[in-house]
Amino acid sequence: MTIFAALISIGIMALVFGAILGYAAIRFKVESDPLVEQIDEILPQTQCGQCGYPGCRPYAEAIANGDDINKCPPGGEATIKNLADLMGVEPKPLDEAHGSEDVKKVAFIREDECIGCTKCIQACPVDAIIGAAKHMHTVIEDECTGCDLCVDPCPVDCIDMIPLTQTTASWRWQLESIPVKQVS
Amino acid sequence: MYNQYDDIVNRLNQDRLWDFPGGVHPPEFKTLSNQKDIARIPMPAKLYVTVKQHIGVEGNLVVEVGDRVLKGQALTRSSNPFSVPVHAPSSGTVTHIGPHVSAHPSGIKELSVEISTDEFEKWIELNPILDYQQKPKAQIVEAICNAGISGMGGAGFPTHIKASPKKDVEFLIVNGVECEPYISSDDRLMREHAWQIRQGIDVLVHLLSPKMVIVAIEDNKPEAIEAMQVACQENAKYRVVSIPTKYPAGGEKQLIQVLTNREVPGRGLPIDVGVIMHNVGTCYAIADAIFSGKPLIERVVTLTGEAFKRPQNVWAPIGTPISHLLEFGQYREHKQRQAKVIMGGPMMGFDVINADVPVVKITNCILAPSAAEVAEPGPEQPCIRCSACADACPASLLPQQLFWHSKAKEYDKAQDYNLFDCIECGACAYVCPSEIPLVHYYRIAKSDIRNQQHEKDQADKARERFEARKARLEREQKEREEKHAKAAEARRQAMSEKGSDAKDKIAAALARAKAKKQGTASDAASTEDAASASVTKTPESSQTVKQDKVAAAIARAKAKRAAAKAQLSETPDAVPAQPEAQEKPSEVKKEKVAIAIAKAKAKREAAKAARAKELDKQSTETVTAEPTSKEDSKVNAKSDKDTKVAAAIAKAKAKRQLQKAQQEAPVAEGKSAPKPSSAKKATKPAESKQQETPELTAAQIRKQKVEAAVAKAKEKNLQAKAKRDAAKKAKLQAQSEKDEN
Repeated sequence: MTIFAALISIGIMALVFGAILGYAAIRFKVESDPLVEQIDEILPQTQCGQCGYPGCRPYAEAIANGDDINKCPPGGEATIKNLADLMGVEPKPLDEAHGSEDVKKVAFIREDECIGCTKCIQACPVDAIIGAAKHMHTVIEDECTGCDLCVDPCPVDCIDMIPLTQTTASWRWQLESIPVKQVS
Repeated sequence: MYNQYDDIVNRLNQDRLWDFPGGVHPPEFKTLSNQKDIARIPMPAKLYVTVKQHIGVEGNLVVEVGDRVLKGQALTRSSNPFSVPVHAPSSGTVTHIGPHVSAHPSGIKELSVEISTDEFEKWIELNPILDYQQKPKAQIVEAICNAGISGMGGAGFPTHIKASPKKDVEFLIVNGVECEPYISSDDRLMREHAWQIRQGIDVLVHLLSPKMVIVAIEDNKPEAIEAMQVACQENAKYRVVSIPTKYPAGGEKQLIQVLTNREVPGRGLPIDVGVIMHNVGTCYAIADAIFSGKPLIERVVTLTGEAFKRPQNVWAPIGTPISHLLEFGQYREHKQRQAKVIMGGPMMGFDVINADVPVVKITNCILAPSAAEVAEPGPEQPCIRCSACADACPASLLPQQLFWHSKAKEYDKAQDYNLFDCIECGACAYVCPSEIPLVHYYRIAKSDIRNQQHEKDQADKARERFEARKARLEREQKEREEKHAKAAEARRQAMSEKGSDAKDKIAAALARAKAKKQGTASDAASTEDAASASVTKTPESSQTVKQDKVAAAIARAKAKRAAAKAQLSETPDAVPAQPEAQEKPSEVKKEKVAIAIAKAKAKREAAKAARAKELDKQSTETVTAEPTSKEDSKVNAKSDKDTKVAAAIAKAKAKRQLQKAQQEAPVAEGKSAPKPSSAKKATKPAESKQQETPELTAAQIRKQKVEAAVAKAKEKNLQAKAKRDAAKKAKLQAQSEKDEN
């Protein structure tokens, strides 16, 4: 008798909770895929397209749908590690087919050589190049993601990718300068 | 909320203070340098004035290489409120502007102005504000800003911002604590220039109107305390407080805690708890700026450490290279195991990269310790969780937890432990039995976090811009499509409004173009078939005329086809018809008269049409001379059309009459049929021929007719084929024209 009472009561509770959960699933439904947002947060937003997708968000969507996490050279190992943590998979080495990790660079237009063709302006994914037709163009250094996309369209090859110089603001204390001696 | 003002005043009246947690008591070594007066050093031959010497934004350079500058002349200027200028510390010439090693642990080169000094040390014109109490506060704040004064205690915060707070100030604390070992620059300054420091305080009091002014000095500087007490005794609002010696009591937050027991919030400023704090050196500089108009171009620097033969305080011009100071203090490298010069104190200072590093506004000490003074740091050993660091931390943090997380690069966890509240005082590392360089780990973690944050900000910005661009491109695409749709709609509407008129025009233009193209081909054909009644007229340049020709040709072709048909069917009867005609001469005569009348009519009309066409030709020729005026040509095309229509009507009439005549007298048909058409074509020979015809006598006519009929029949048999081809061509052309219409 007690067994039946327990079974019935537990069964009723299961139904009640099931109903609550079912309601909550409908009532508090999240519209967009939060995973895509999270992946997009991790990606470096270079918008370079080296992964084979037109921008970081499409790649984030692809990862969410099961694509490899090691196709982002600008992000490098750090991004792969973060993605691996997020996706719960093993980190892989960077896929060399998509390029290799490099120091952060920004585009620089040699302005006296610029002919003002606006091709680089059209290529820039983040609108970091200003200028007008037949007028010299220039790169807004702060906005440049170093994606390289403006280099190829330039008909006079006047765009250089210059590595970012370190400033006192971006300088990082070096542990190596501390005499650390490992004690065996 | 926090301690009330009255409680604090009561407590201060009882000479009782609070305390901050933690703290350490390192050996002081202050007597090494504080025994002698502040010395004046010879002006160095070259000064390297770093453009950015404070927290905030650097100004824009206003001097160029080769410029002569006077002592106290501003080298930069900026309208940014977080910017203070730098000044030439001596008169001389700007010999170089470019990167020079900076007074920063990294030694990374920063933009600097190199000045080759001269011996004159000629001042720029100075503008003191002696009656500052009568002047508006904004003017005094501006004067402080223009004097290039930024906090001289260590952080380098622009002083004019701290001198114009938005909130009420209860306490103005003048920091003369100078808690770090070895350093004695503030100590000497207070001893020697207490009056001027007080003048600076007066200015700040005027600006801030605090309820109370506390001059805080550690109790290990009795001479300084005495000097300040003497200087401040006249004013009851000013209180000189001696605080217990403990490192780091001079830290802003720690000193506020000691004096008021108020805690500055983690991400807040002292003003959030009603306190403003200024360093004594800053007060001195303010007094200099207001009462003598001198900008901040020199400061007291302690040269200390046993590697100096003459350790003492000096007035060092901003931009003096360290090497010059080492020389003045008679630095002896052999006293050290390896060359080691520290800028700042032993706890918070950093090793200078080389001797070219210049003095900046926050440089308070150059320390060159001997080997005996500073023990070589031993090897880092594992943390034993002794928690000595936690006891020593003045900010009540958990240094070992921060250490673990910093070392493992778990920066989010380190931040959970309030890594950014660490003031990097070094007390934890000082007490660590395992000799772990804790502060270094924190600094690395902090700079990494800052860089990551910066990268994240950049990434967010890039994402924003990328998405904005995408949205813009989509919008532009849509707009373009809309515009095109609208334009197409407008075109359709215009078409339907103008109706057949516009349609006609377009059709006419198309036909013209086509006619021109085919003109050459048909011209060639017509020259070949010169003997036959030419399908097309003699070549003419005008398009419109050609069009007329085409129309005429069509009409002609039709007429001819009909004529040919009639002829073909009649030719066999042509010969037997002759005797019949001879049999009834009266009838023939009658017919002839009728024919003549018809011919004359046709001729008249043809002549009329020809005249009209001639006129048209002239007008169209003038038009073609100026092909740009399209409308004119269109108008002409229209008038041409009219004439064409007239010609066609005339032709039709003539034809009808002819056919009638032919039916009556089929013999006459052959001759008259081609005539009106040729007349319509405005070819003169045809006209003249036509004119001849009625003059001929009836017999001659008959004879000729017979002959002509025979010849024509022959000719026509031969040329029927060619004619049919030409007719076909014309028909095709007409068909295509019709299609296009």
